[in-house]
Amino acid sequence: MPTFSTILLPLSIAIPLGIGLFVVFTQKLPNRVARVLTQIAVGLPLLIALSLALNFTPDPETGYAFFSRTNTGLETLGITLALGLNGISLPLFVMAALVGASAGIFAVHRKTERHRLFLGLLLIMHSGLLGLFASVDVFFFYFFHELALIPTFIMIGIWGSSARRLAAMEMTIYLTLGALLSLLGLIALYWQSGAQTFDLIALREHLASQPLRESFQGVIFPLLLFGFGILVSLFPLHSWAPRGYAAAPTATAMLHAGVLKKFGLYGLLQISVPLIPAGAAQWAPTLAVLALCNILIIGFITMAQRDLKQMLGFSSVMHMGYIFLGIVSFNLIGHGGAVILMFAHGLSVALLFLLADCVRERTRTYDMQEMGGLAQHTPILAAFFIAAMFASIGLPGFANFWGEFTIFLGLWEYSPILVALAAIGIIISAIYGLRAVAAIFYGSETDALTKKIKNREEPITDLVPVERIAAGLLFVALLWIGIYPKPISDPANEALMLVAPPKVESIAHIEPLP
Amino acid sequence: MNYDFFRTLAESNQWGLIMPEIFIGGLALVVLLADLLLSPSQKRFIPRIAIGGLAFLLFLIALLASQGALRHATGFSGLILQTMEIHWLRAFFILSALIVCHLGSVFLSRRGHLPRGEFYHIVLVVTGALMLLVQSNHFVLLFVALETVTLGFYILVAYSNDRLPSLEAGLKYLILGALSSAILLFGIVLLYGIAGNPLLAGNTADSMNFTALGLFIAENPGHPLVLVGASMVLAGLAFKIGAVPFQIWVPDVYQGAPTPVTAFLTTASKAAGFAVLLILVTGPFRPLAGFLIPALSLIAILTILVGNTAALSQKNVKRMMGLSGVAHAGYLLVGVIAAFTVSWAVYAVLFYLFVYYLASSAAFGVINHLSTDDDSDQTIADYADLARHQPFLSAVLVVSLGSLAGIPPLAGFLAKVFLFVAAFQAGLFLLLAVSVLGVVISIYYYFGWIREAFFVQSRSASVEFVPKAANLPALSWNQKVTLGLLTALTIILGFYVGGIGSLMG
Repeated sequence: MPTFSTILLPLSIAIPLGIGLFVVFTQKLPNRVARVLTQIAVGLPLLIALSLALNFTPDPETGYAFFSRTNTGLETLGITLALGLNGISLPLFVMAALVGASAGIFAVHRKTERHRLFLGLLLIMHSGLLGLFASVDVFFFYFFHELALIPTFIMIGIWGSSARRLAAMEMTIYLTLGALLSLLGLIALYWQSGAQTFDLIALREHLASQPLRESFQGVIFPLLLFGFGILVSLFPLHSWAPRGYAAAPTATAMLHAGVLKKFGLYGLLQISVPLIPAGAAQWAPTLAVLALCNILIIGFITMAQRDLKQMLGFSSVMHMGYIFLGIVSFNLIGHGGAVILMFAHGLSVALLFLLADCVRERTRTYDMQEMGGLAQHTPILAAFFIAAMFASIGLPGFANFWGEFTIFLGLWEYSPILVALAAIGIIISAIYGLRAVAAIFYGSETDALTKKIKNREEPITDLVPVERIAAGLLFVALLWIGIYPKPISDPANEALMLVAPPKVESIAHIEPLP
Repeated sequence: MNYDFFRTLAESNQWGLIMPEIFIGGLALVVLLADLLLSPSQKRFIPRIAIGGLAFLLFLIALLASQGALRHATGFSGLILQTMEIHWLRAFFILSALIVCHLGSVFLSRRGHLPRGEFYHIVLVVTGALMLLVQSNHFVLLFVALETVTLGFYILVAYSNDRLPSLEAGLKYLILGALSSAILLFGIVLLYGIAGNPLLAGNTADSMNFTALGLFIAENPGHPLVLVGASMVLAGLAFKIGAVPFQIWVPDVYQGAPTPVTAFLTTASKAAGFAVLLILVTGPFRPLAGFLIPALSLIAILTILVGNTAALSQKNVKRMMGLSGVAHAGYLLVGVIAAFTVSWAVYAVLFYLFVYYLASSAAFGVINHLSTDDDSDQTIADYADLARHQPFLSAVLVVSLGSLAGIPPLAGFLAKVFLFVAAFQAGLFLLLAVSVLGVVISIYYYFGWIREAFFVQSRSASVEFVPKAANLPALSWNQKVTLGLLTALTIILGFYVGGIGSLMG
């Protein structure tokens, strides 16, 4: 029965898609109308997402709320457009809506060439992001991911900074490879399970009663792991990410680094690990080592960056390592931590990209060695940036802290040495984060910067109200969950219990790392 | 005179089975007459006659289909066999001819010196022959229909008779086409001879009939002459679909042929090759699965890899379309191989052909509009800044190339998913891996093309460079409608396939 709340979820996906297509294809639309429409199209999903989060009462059997199903003609293949939210997808759905709203507001404010096309593509991407977290059907989960990915390439290609064509091409090839590998893994899962359905709930029930043979699991899991891994920039398949983000326009980078990259992690957490537990167990040591490389090797590379945006790109690659480690830990605490960190990282990295653009707008450069002393001109920007950097480092008071803390807690059970090594990453984050803050906002102005300020007609302004709203939206959410994580941790906990209750057997035979 | 003859004819009235083909034959004659009788100023009605007639026929077939009048049938002493899939393919060829006539009218209106009427006449004759070809249940009809098609294409490929590339393409197509016909004929003769051998079990007097031949092959699946004969028949078909090692002609002929003809080769000729291939592997050649699956797998792997890697370095758009078409033939071969064991793979192949038709027709529509006096030398650089000057054309290009590359949410993605699922069910894991590799490679050249159309702005701003897209003639309304329809279908099928999905799985 379609009730009001089950219509809201499809509506939140349809609104940005519909308005986005309208904005892209209506040729003589005034820019002003397009901007108002964009704000509506990112605002309404945010309101819907928040109201859904407040009314979240999952079905005790499936764990999903707001469930709806539509046949698109592929029912014989077991594919239907099934939408719903469970405790794992709800936080990410809300995060997508938040980042989308912030990026939308920011993109409307920051005028570009061919602004309408940009806004339209951003909206299509946003609708894909909302759709992928709301999909209960694996096929549509993948479908929405690609729907979000295509506008990304186009946006980087058209509005990116220097080297955009190469970056867009590299990203396209890498991500298509990753997407196809995971598609093969999903098709394999679909056939080998014998369930003849892409419906996640039905697949889960089917596989709970008759799990796949372990040899199959050992083959399917790496397909999904490396397929998703490429999309999440797992070491050593990460090289597209920093270059892509450095070239991407800010709103695109916010949505991609913040939200779209969580696709692979979410897929691992929601699909791969619960459905293929033995395969996951076989590959856990490999994944642990690679994740550690993400943290340490990429961490050191991050420290060496001079370009602010490159640094943020590398740091987002680095932080993926923690989430991978949370998945590797194979227990409730670690997985719960991964959910919180996904939420928190999405917000904090989007916030940082946004603020980096604000910095560039004022200094005309991303090169940190040419900056300095900006805090005296822009105290509010400095405060936001420092807070966001603290959040990203994982200081208590921000949501990231709870994520990293619980991941370490969960990981301790799996391997204390891993925790010790991964904790070095926090120090690395602190070093590059604080160094960036110091280089940009404190110290004395460099000659280059002074000259630039003098050459401009008006003085450097602090954050304007629109920028404050866009940044504040993300900041408030980070702070709120940092102080009171219950709205995320409770539903995530319940859902994770439901997804894989007999966790203990599945990891009983894992060789723990020393 | 022979009263009985007419009476049996009226009673058995099998001619009703091929009414569409007869109608097209008549239409071809009408076109020829119109070319003869109409004054030069009235000749612009000729394409309208052809297109109107085809559309009317399509409407009739749709009407018949909705009444349930299209059924499984055999006729002419087993010469033809019609199934629902065959009816569908016949409609497909009409659709394809519609697009070619439309492209041809655009093409010929820009080249006033070329003769008009013959083009539509030959296209119609080829279409009728293609429709007969896919119904054939007998090697005689198969060969006659195939030769009619090939003969028509010899003329069409060399239609721009004042252009050297077109003439060169015609000669290459003629020589290699004759070679492949000879191979095919040799294969048929071998099969005919061995199946008529009274010393062998299951021998038959009617050994050109697929049904009888199938029974014979089932009895003697390992006989060397059967294997050689079947291989030669398939080699003849491999020429049609452009599979390795018979893909050599593809780039040159695709480049040199007039763009509408290239579109015809891409859509109809390739589809006909696959249709016959499907008829053979699901019919008489099915007992040879043990030999043909490895052989075809090897060909499919080589076709995918050669097509994609050769397309990588192409700058000429028609060569690129040709070589990427070779790669698509490879993916389709994967579906054909899956059809040995998975019955619904046939539908996956047909759906892929239809989606490929939609996307490549739209792409050729764009190429056709951009082509200048010589349409064989169009390179990717000609597309610079297309998005700024021709937003509609560039949107069509993005959707069609995206669909060819298999990007969701477009129909091409779904078509590839169906093929992959079928291949998975058939256990063709190596082929799957190669296909995925091929798709990734293809992203490079398809997106390179899109990139040129969209992203090259700075170049035009900095240097004194006038992009070709800036001086294009306006699109006529029928171009807009055609391209818009093709594009819309490509998008809609990606989201919603309706009843088609129920055939899969």
